[in-house]
Order: sequence, then C-alpha cells, then structure tokens
Amino acid sequence: MREISTQTIVDAVKDASIRANLELGDDVVQALESALGYEESNVGKDILKKLLENAEIAREERIPMCQDTGVAVLFVELGQEVSVKGGGLRQALEEGIRQGYEEGFLRKSVCHPFTRKNTGDNTPIIVHLDLVSGDKLKIWVVPKGGGSENMSRLFMLPPSAGWDGIKEKIVQTVAEAGPNPCPPTIIGVGIGGNFEKSAILAKKSLLRVLGTPNPDPELAEMEQELLEEINKTGVGPQGLGGRMTSLAVHILMMPCHIASLPLAVNIQCHASRHLEIVL
Amino acid sequence: MGNEYHLKTPLSAEDIEPLRSGDRVTISGIIYTARDAAHRKIMELIEAGKELPIPIEGQVIYYVGPSPAPPGRVIGAAGPTTSYRMDPFAPKLLELGLKGMIGKGKRSKEVIEAMVRHKGVYMAAIGGAGALMARAIKAARVVAYEELGPEAIRELRVEGLPAIVVNDTLGNDLYVEGQEKYRML
Repeated sequence: MREISTQTIVDAVKDASIRANLELGDDVVQALESALGYEESNVGKDILKKLLENAEIAREERIPMCQDTGVAVLFVELGQEVSVKGGGLRQALEEGIRQGYEEGFLRKSVCHPFTRKNTGDNTPIIVHLDLVSGDKLKIWVVPKGGGSENMSRLFMLPPSAGWDGIKEKIVQTVAEAGPNPCPPTIIGVGIGGNFEKSAILAKKSLLRVLGTPNPDPELAEMEQELLEEINKTGVGPQGLGGRMTSLAVHILMMPCHIASLPLAVNIQCHASRHLEIVL
Repeated sequence: MGNEYHLKTPLSAEDIEPLRSGDRVTISGIIYTARDAAHRKIMELIEAGKELPIPIEGQVIYYVGPSPAPPGRVIGAAGPTTSYRMDPFAPKLLELGLKGMIGKGKRSKEVIEAMVRHKGVYMAAIGGAGALMARAIKAARVVAYEELGPEAIRELRVEGLPAIVVNDTLGNDLYVEGQEKYRML
C-alpha cells in the first residue's frame, strides 16, 4: 500500500481551487483566440477580446476571472493500492475546498435550498469517486457556476429518437439557453447509462482538454457535426448574435437499458475551470 | 455597432430615451447591487409600505454578487448574474422610478413592457468578465442585508462601467435582433 496523508490532500485541493479560479487554462485561452478568427459579428469580436483581457487581469492581479467561483465539484480516481492516512478522504477534500475558498477570497455560493441561508464555507462539496487500479490518487477540481448549470437539461428519450433526436434536443437546449449560460460555451454531452449516469458523463466530458479530439472517431465526428449545427443558431458571444455560440462539444457515451436512451446536456460557460492533481 | 453614450447616475427619462438596443454605454456615479434574495426583501418592504434601504427613483441596479475583496482592493470579481431571476420584481421597481438594470440574459415580456411604460432600460454586462468589470468599481460598501453575504445590497461608485443596451424604451430586444441576424437554421 502507498500511503498519502490527508494533509497532502488538503494542501493540494486548496491550492488547486484557488488556481482554477484565477488562472484560465491555456486550452480555453487558445480556443477563445481561435474563436476570434471565426467570429463575424463586431460586437462578438469585441466580447471575445474582452474575455481574453479578463483572463489576463485575473491571472496578473490574482482575483477570480468570474465572481461565481461555483460549487466545488471534484472527480476523484482513487487507486486501490492507496491508503489515506490521518483521516477520511472526503473530509480532506472538503477541508481543502474550505481553506481554498477562504484564503483565496473566492465567493461562497452554497446555500440551503429553501431558506437560502449560505453555508458560509462553500461546502458541502460534490464528489464523484471512482475506485481504480494502481497507487495514484487523481483529483480534478472543477468549480461550476450557477448560470450555465441552470441551463443544463436531461432527457429520457425513446430509443427510436436515435441520433437525429439527440441532435435536435442538444441544439434546442443551447438555443433556448441563449445568453444565460455566458456563451461562448462548451457543451458536455452524456449519452446512455441511466438517469444519473448520463448527467455524470456529461459533466465528466468537460474534463477533456479543449482542442483534443475525442478518442472514439465516431464520437469525434458527432461532436463536429453538433458544433457546426449549434454555431448556426446565431446565439453568438453573450447571446448578442454571432457565429461563436460554442467553442466545443464533448461527448461521453456508454451502453444503456434496452428500453432507454438517456441524454444529458451539461452547459459549461467560457470560464471553464478544471485543474488536475495527481498525488 | 450602435452609438456610444456616457451615463451619469442618477438618471432621468431624458437621459435614457435616446438609447437604442445595440448602443454601447459607460456608466459613472453611484449604482446599487441586488440579486434575488435582496429583491425579495425590498418587495416585502414595499408591500408593507415601509422605508427602503436604498433610493429607487432615477437609480441603476446591477445584478451582481461579487467575490470577497482581497486586501488592498475595494471589491473582488464583479461580473453580472443572470437577470431572469429578478423578473418577478423588476416591473414594480420600474413603476417606482428605477431607470436602469444591468445584468445578463433575456428579460420577460412583462419586464420589457414595464420598461416601455415607465421609461427604463436593461443593459448587459459581459458575463464571466468579473475581473475586468471590477476595474470600473472605485468604491463599495454594504448598505443593507449584510447577512446575505455576496447577496447583500452594496452601494458602488463606478467610473466608466461598460455595458450594452439590450432593451430600450421602445421595446426593442438585442437578444432577438442580434441572433436573427446570424441565424442559419
């Protein structure tokens, strides 16, 4: 067994939660730069330039790129030869987020559903844990904002809907969301599994580095077809009209029940924050 | 692109009537922040006929819940939040003389009609450009509902806060017009 102390986990998660919110990933910066080349609307071009400027200010002046520093979502792959010493894994992840949001001056955005009373430390966090082989602990820290999450949708389609039905629902979701999720967006799609699995797949698909192709050639082709269709909606940057509604579509797919065709569409705003830690 | 205007708060009907959807504006002066929780509290006071914590007539409300100010700064990141959540409250505030709203995303038919009736405008700031927007904020202080944390009402002194007019006093809607122009489906 390889031992990892909870303190190591706390420190790494704390650091990642701050960096994820202050430093826009190179992949997103490159995607925004390349979007500038495609955008036809002058207002749209101006917005894309301002988003790049915003990323630079955040990085240099050490403030969050967006005030909505999100609910902390953590995808965790725990190698089964790892032994966590000094306490619970979940508690360590939560403590890292608690410290990161306090010390990094990040906004605490978690509240009671009815009273709306803020929990005050951005917990509880949302953890998706996978037990895998090996002796590594991999953590993706993915702060997710409310604006784009609110525009996400889940459909339990009849199997006869097929690819055309899936395509129609995805484009419709993006068009109806319009300006609300802060386009240009990244569209995470989960197909198959079941009700909850499709949503987790959709979110997990957003972890893929922008600009890298889907390893499945068939899905890669579907992603391209969808992106072209989405960028015909005219929504454009900030929904004010233009070509660049979305920067990319990412799909994860798995088999499902013979009676079902689950489809989840998780919209990610341009402030796509995801940081990977390997311990 | 439309015309460019510089607005100095508080605003009168004359200040905003020339504005058209698609115009770019910069705003200077005092503005107030409020999200849904603060709107709900203000609405309760209005219904009870009680005094409000902020003036409404001629004012501009910015839909924002900023991140905490790090040492040496007046505010953290301060970009707009999605405006539809304030739709149930906006017509009443427009009736009371609110002149401007800054946020992001579409407004309801009721809010757009109220802007025409009571002469108000809705302006979009760039969603997700919180670090950039913070540069235009020169001073900030909580004036009500501190317990709401990021959702407290703040008085902001802004200089040249950039926004784009979405809905004007004629009922135009840039979200509809802008998207029509580029739709290929």
